[in-house]
Amino acid sequence: MILLSVGTQFPFDRLVQAVDEWALRTGRTDVLGQIGPSTYKPKAMKCFGLVSPDEMRDFQAQADIMIAHAGMGSILTAMELGKPIIVFPRDHTLGEHRNGHQMDTANRFSETPGVFVARSVEELLRYLNNLQGLLAAQNGSRAELARLADNLRSFIGTAHI
Amino acid sequence: MSENANKRVLFIASAGGHWIQLCRLAAELNYEQAHYATTLKGAKAPTGTRKVSVVPDASRSNPAKLVVLASRLTWLMARVRPHVVITTGAAPGLLAIGIAKVFGAKTVWIDSLANSEVLSLSGRMAERYADLWLTQWPHLDASLPRLRYMGSVL
Repeated sequence: MILLSVGTQFPFDRLVQAVDEWALRTGRTDVLGQIGPSTYKPKAMKCFGLVSPDEMRDFQAQADIMIAHAGMGSILTAMELGKPIIVFPRDHTLGEHRNGHQMDTANRFSETPGVFVARSVEELLRYLNNLQGLLAAQNGSRAELARLADNLRSFIGTAHI
Repeated sequence: MSENANKRVLFIASAGGHWIQLCRLAAELNYEQAHYATTLKGAKAPTGTRKVSVVPDASRSNPAKLVVLASRLTWLMARVRPHVVITTGAAPGLLAIGIAKVFGAKTVWIDSLANSEVLSLSGRMAERYADLWLTQWPHLDASLPRLRYMGSVL
């Protein structure tokens, strides 16, 4: 199953339409879309707006490939679950978000194994037409997470009421 | 760790990426007295068996909802009486650490990984209320006088 997700806050019709038209053209019937408040009406994908975090996690666990806007939730979950993820950042100059932070996120993660950044529909289609070639994302060493937790434990130790 | 076991820690974040980052951290910290709050029903606590409290989402563009959120957060603080409040954003987390200060709690703002070049607006406003004001990107460490990098959930 291929899972598309665009988050909860804003529509992302450019991505939803591109993936749906690809699914229609190639006859893929196993594409599931979490499309939030998008207004484009998919023809080939099964779609829903929003589900609970736990249900979303179940869909992500079932997915073979993830496609998502450049949201940290999607990227972190792909790394945790070891799924390849194609990331298509929202372009704020097209009104797809309040500011350009998704472009920044896409740039920061463009070298991360298993994270495939597509900055245009053409690039997205190149990945979609070569799904076999996409490696799974990895969880990394979590050394920075252990470091953050240690620092916070020290800080919490100083708190009294 | 043992002297910390009785500390009540409230973890709060908006649903979506903010919540997912918070859960990674909370699971790593694994506090016995952890309480959780987010903005969407159906979230499972990353540790323990306590139910996740649900607070309404709100932003600066909707002042009426902000008032409802503030009263719900005040109620939550009064009920939990946290020693420490930790948030990864966004607006509800900002309001939460502001109210937490009134209750005498220590506060931690961890700016989302999504903000890799500049802090979010909530993140900048959080400086006033955060005892620890953190970015998750090493290159932003000390880019503002009080801003620190102490690790990330990556």
